[in-house]
Amino acid sequence: MNPISRGFHGRRHETAADTARVPPGQHVTSDFPVLSAGPTPHTALPDWTFSLRQAGTDLRTWTWPELLALPAEEVTVDIHCVTRWSKLDTRWKAVSIDTLLADIAHQATFALAFCDGGYTTNMPLADLTAGQAWVAYSYDDQPLPPEHGGPARLLVPHLYFWKSAKWVRGLDLLAADEPGFWERYGYHNYGDPWREQRYAGD
Amino acid sequence: MAGTAVRGRLTWQVATVETVRDETASVRTIGLAVPDWAGHTAGQHLDVRLTAEDGYSAERSYSIASAPGEPVAITVERLDDGEVSPYLTEELRSGDEIEIRGPIGGYFIWTGDDAATPLLLVAGGSGVVPFRSIIRHRHNLGSDVSVRLLYSARSLPDVIYQAELDDADDGVAVIYTLTRHQPPGWAGHTGRVDRRLLAEAAWPAQRDPLTFVCGPTPFVEAVASGLVELGYPAGLIKTERFGGTEAP
Amino acid sequence: MTARDDSALDGNAIGGLLLEVFGTEMTAAVAVCGSCGATGPVAETVVFLRAPGTVVRCRNCGAVLMVIIRRGEQNCVDMLGLAALEPR
Repeated sequence: MNPISRGFHGRRHETAADTARVPPGQHVTSDFPVLSAGPTPHTALPDWTFSLRQAGTDLRTWTWPELLALPAEEVTVDIHCVTRWSKLDTRWKAVSIDTLLADIAHQATFALAFCDGGYTTNMPLADLTAGQAWVAYSYDDQPLPPEHGGPARLLVPHLYFWKSAKWVRGLDLLAADEPGFWERYGYHNYGDPWREQRYAGD
Repeated sequence: MAGTAVRGRLTWQVATVETVRDETASVRTIGLAVPDWAGHTAGQHLDVRLTAEDGYSAERSYSIASAPGEPVAITVERLDDGEVSPYLTEELRSGDEIEIRGPIGGYFIWTGDDAATPLLLVAGGSGVVPFRSIIRHRHNLGSDVSVRLLYSARSLPDVIYQAELDDADDGVAVIYTLTRHQPPGWAGHTGRVDRRLLAEAAWPAQRDPLTFVCGPTPFVEAVASGLVELGYPAGLIKTERFGGTEAP
Repeated sequence: MTARDDSALDGNAIGGLLLEVFGTEMTAAVAVCGSCGATGPVAETVVFLRAPGTVVRCRNCGAVLMVIIRRGEQNCVDMLGLAALEPR
C-alpha cells in the first residue's frame, strides 16, 4: 500500500446512505462527475434521430419531436460508475426502451448502442427490456446537458454507468454479442455492479 | 535541436516538504527534498500522488518551478472544486511527505542549447510556472537569448512571481495582460491573448522564435491558432495544456 | 471530426503514465495515426483523462490512437490505433 499522506481525504463526500443500496467497492457522491472518452458532440436537434437497426437496415427512426411525443416516465434510480462513485436517487425523464421496441419485429438477443462521436456499448437485449432501460432526455427537471450526454442518453442503471451511453443515436439489434468501446479495451462484457464485474475476467 | 531531457526514476518515491511559500492568495510554491533526484530540465513536470488512510489515492501533475540545479520546487494553484490542490495549498506543511514521480517530459523543455533564436513564452494563469524554470535557467547559464514572456492573468494580485519577473534580466521582457481587473492607472494590456495582442506583443514571425505556450486548454488553442495566423510555423510552437484551471 | 474539446488535455499530461508503461520518456516520441497518417509528438495528441481509462486521440482526425486502462497495479495498453510510435 502507498505511504499515507497526512490529513488527505480526497473530495469524497461520504454521504450517509443505506449501505444496501451501495454496491461493493463504491462510495456515494453528491457530485455528478463528467467522464468521457472523447470530445462532447453537439448535434443540432433538427438533425437528431434515434434509430433501431438490424443487419444494416433501419427498422424504425424517430426524430427529436417524435421522441418527445412518446409516452415518457419520471424515473428515479441509483447509478454506479465503474470508477467507483455512486449517485443515489437521480431523477430523469425518459422513454422506456420497451416503448421503442413495441411493434418492432426482430430476432435479436443482443444490442449495441451507437452514439455521436463513435462511442458504443453492448448488452443483452433482455437487459434493455422489462422496464430496465430508457432513452433519457431530461435530468433533474432540466434538459439533459451536453456534458452529461444531452440531448439524449441511454439509461441502464442496473449495469455500470458506462453502459448508459451518452449521446446515443440508436441501437443495433444483433443476433450475436459484439463488444463496444470499453468492452474491447478491457472492461467487463456485462458489467453488473453487484457482482463487481469491472474488468474482463472478473 | 532539442536536447535530451533528464531521465528520472520510473516509479514513485517519497519526497519531504521543506518549504512552503504563498505566491498569491490561491497559489503556493512547495520546496521538496527528493532523495533520489537525478536533476531536471527546464519545462519538465513531476507527478504527485496522495493516499488517504482508506487507500484512496489521487494523482496530479505539476510543473517544476525551479531551474536545473536548484532545489526542486513545484507551484500549485488551488482550484475551488479541486481534490488535490486544496490539500497541497492549505494543509501540507514542512516535514510532510508526499509521493512524487519524475522528472517527466522530453518535448516541452528548454535546455538553452539553441541560443540563436529568440524565445517566446506565452502563459495563461498558472501556465507561467514552467517559464519560471526556463527564465531562471537562462540566468544561471549566463545566456543572452532574447526572451519575451507574454503573461495573461486575471488581475495583478493573481500574477505569480511578480517581484521576480519585474526584476528579470535585461534580455527578458515581461508583458502582462490583466483580463478581469486592473489597478488604477494601469497602462498595460487588458484583453485576452488574441491575434491582435499577439501581433503587438509577440516577436515578428520572421525572427523564427522558438515558442512555448502553457495554460488552460482553450487559452493554448486560441494562442496557438493566433500565432499560426501571424505566420509562426506550427512546428516551432510547443504547447502544454493544463486542466481544471479557469481561463485567465 | 476533430478531437477538439475544451476539457481535453494533451500528451504532456500522461508523460508519467507513459514513463511507467514504456520505461522511457515518450512525450517527444513521434506518433503516426493509423487512420489519417498524421504525424507528430505524443505531447500534441488529444488526451481524455476523465474516463474509465486514458484515451489518446489524433489531433488531426480524432481517431483513437491509444487506450490505457489501470487494472489494480497493472496498466493495460491498446495501441492498435497507431501506425507507428518512435521514441526520440
